[in-house]
Amino acid sequence: MDESKQKSDYVFRSRARAWIDGAATGLAIASTVLVVMPLVAIFIYLVYKGASSLNLDFFTQIPKPEGESGGGMANAILGSAILLGLASLIGVPIGIGGGIFLAEFGRGTKLAEAVRFTADVLNGVPSIVMGMAVYALVVTPQMPFSALAGGLALGIMMIPTVCRTTEEMLLMVPHAVREAALALGVPNWRSVLSITVKTASPGIITGCMLAFARVAGETAPLIFTAFGNAFWSTSLTRPIAALPLEIYKYANSPYDDQHRQAWAGALVLIVLIVLAVSLVRWVTSRGVLKGAS
Amino acid sequence: MGVGIEVINLNAWYGTNHSLQDINLNIPGNHATALIGPSGCGKSTFVRCLNRMHETNPIARVTGTVRIGDLDIYKDTKPVEIRRRVGMVFQRPNPFPTMSIYDNVAAGLKLNGYNHRQALDEIVEKSLKNSALWDEVKDDLKKKSGASLSGGQQQRLCIARALAVDPEVLLMDEPASALDPVSTSKIEDLIFQLKSQYTIVIVTHNMQQAARVAEKTGFFLNGRMVEFDATHKIFTNPSDKRTEDYITGRFG
Repeated sequence: MDESKQKSDYVFRSRARAWIDGAATGLAIASTVLVVMPLVAIFIYLVYKGASSLNLDFFTQIPKPEGESGGGMANAILGSAILLGLASLIGVPIGIGGGIFLAEFGRGTKLAEAVRFTADVLNGVPSIVMGMAVYALVVTPQMPFSALAGGLALGIMMIPTVCRTTEEMLLMVPHAVREAALALGVPNWRSVLSITVKTASPGIITGCMLAFARVAGETAPLIFTAFGNAFWSTSLTRPIAALPLEIYKYANSPYDDQHRQAWAGALVLIVLIVLAVSLVRWVTSRGVLKGAS
Repeated sequence: MGVGIEVINLNAWYGTNHSLQDINLNIPGNHATALIGPSGCGKSTFVRCLNRMHETNPIARVTGTVRIGDLDIYKDTKPVEIRRRVGMVFQRPNPFPTMSIYDNVAAGLKLNGYNHRQALDEIVEKSLKNSALWDEVKDDLKKKSGASLSGGQQQRLCIARALAVDPEVLLMDEPASALDPVSTSKIEDLIFQLKSQYTIVIVTHNMQQAARVAEKTGFFLNGRMVEFDATHKIFTNPSDKRTEDYITGRFG
C-alpha cells in the first residue's frame, strides 16, 4: 500500500469517526429531550388549565356544595399531608429495616430470599388491590373508613421500594469501609448502623423520596380506606379528604368550574410533591462535608 | 506500650483452601517486624489472624494459639476486644467517607461509646501528631471529609484512626503499596518513630522497605513460614535456599 493511499484511508476513517461521534451525541441529546418533554408538557398543560382557578380561597376554603362556584381544597391538601405522613411513618422504618436485614444480617439465608421475593411481588400488586386488601382487613363496622386505614394502604405500598433501594444502596458501600470499622473493635451491629447505613444514606433517602412521590398521587388505594371527606377533618379515625380523591371526584363532575378546580388540584399536588422532595433533600444535604462523596 | 506476640501452630483456611500451615514464631514487642513473600503466600491472612479479622469472612476458619502479651486471643477474649488492642491499617486507605477528619480519628472511641469531649479533642490531636498529619489538616478538622484528602494523607489518617484507640500492636497490610514514593517515605518515617511505642507488624512487597524499617523479617511461601530472623541476616545471609532465591529476584 503506498503512502498516499494510507493517508486517504486515515482521513476517511477519522471523518467517519467524527460523524459517528456527532450522531451518538445527537442521539443522547434527543433522548434527554424525550425524557424531559412529557414532564414539561404535563406541567405546562396543568398551569394552562389550572392556574386560573388558583387563588387564596383554593388553599383556605373547603369545597362548596354541588353546583355552587368557588370554594377550595384546603381540607384535601391537609388530608393528603396527614395521609402521607402516616404512610411514611409506616413505610419508611419497615422498609429501611427490611433493607438492612436483606443486605447485612440475612445475606444468603432462606428468610432473606423469602423477604426479597415478597417485596418484589408486593411491588407489583396493583394499587386498587392494596386498597381492597386493607379494606377487607382493617375497615370494620367498629372502625369505619379512616385516615389510619388510608395511611396504612399507602404505607404498605411504600415498603417494597424503600426496602429494595435500601438493600441495593447498602450493598454498594465498599467492603473496605466495613472492615475499617470492624478492625477498630466496633461491634458488627454498631458498624452497620453508624457506618454502613450512614455511608449509604443519600441513596436510601432517594429511595424513600421515590416511594413517597409514587404514593402521593395514588387514588385507588384511598377509595376504600380514607374514603374522602367534604368537610374539615383531622381525626385519624374518621374519613379524610385527599387531593387525588378530590381530583378524581371533580374530574367526573358535570360542572365546568369543578373541572377547573380538578386541574388546579393536580397542579398543586405536583408542586407540593416537588416541594416536599426538595425540602427533604435540602435538609439532609446540609452539614455535608467538603469532598464527601 | 507494645507487647510481644507468640504464635503457636497457627493454621488457617478459606473454605477448603489451607492458606496457612503450622506457623510458629515470636514477634518481639516494641519493634517493627516485616513479612515478605510472593502474592498469595499467606502473609495477609497471617496478620488478619492476629486481630481475628480473618474470621469475619464466613468461610474462614482458624486453629492454633496466638498470645498477645499474656492474652490468648482465641481463648480468653472476644474479637471486638482484641481488635481494640491490635490496630490495623489496610492496603488501600479506607477513611469513612461521610465523616470529617476529626470524626474519622475519633470513630473508634465514639462508636464504642466514649464521648468525653475534651479528652476526645486531645486524643485526636495527639493521634494526628503521631501520624504526622496534624500540621496539614489542623485548620479543617471538622470542615473537610476524610475522603477529600490525598491518598497519602488518607493513609496517615487511617494510621491516626488506628492509634486513637491506643492499641498495643499495629498491623500494617502493605500500607504503602497504593502510594507514591513521597507518601511512602513519609509512612516509613512514621513506622520508624512509632515502633518505640508500639509493636508493629508490616506486610510488604517492597524488600527495600522491609530492610529500612524492620528489625526482624519473616519470609512466607505457599502458606508456610520459611524463615524468620534478623532483617540484615535475611537479606545478606539467609539460611534457606528459597529465601535466597526470592530476595535475589529469581522468582516471585
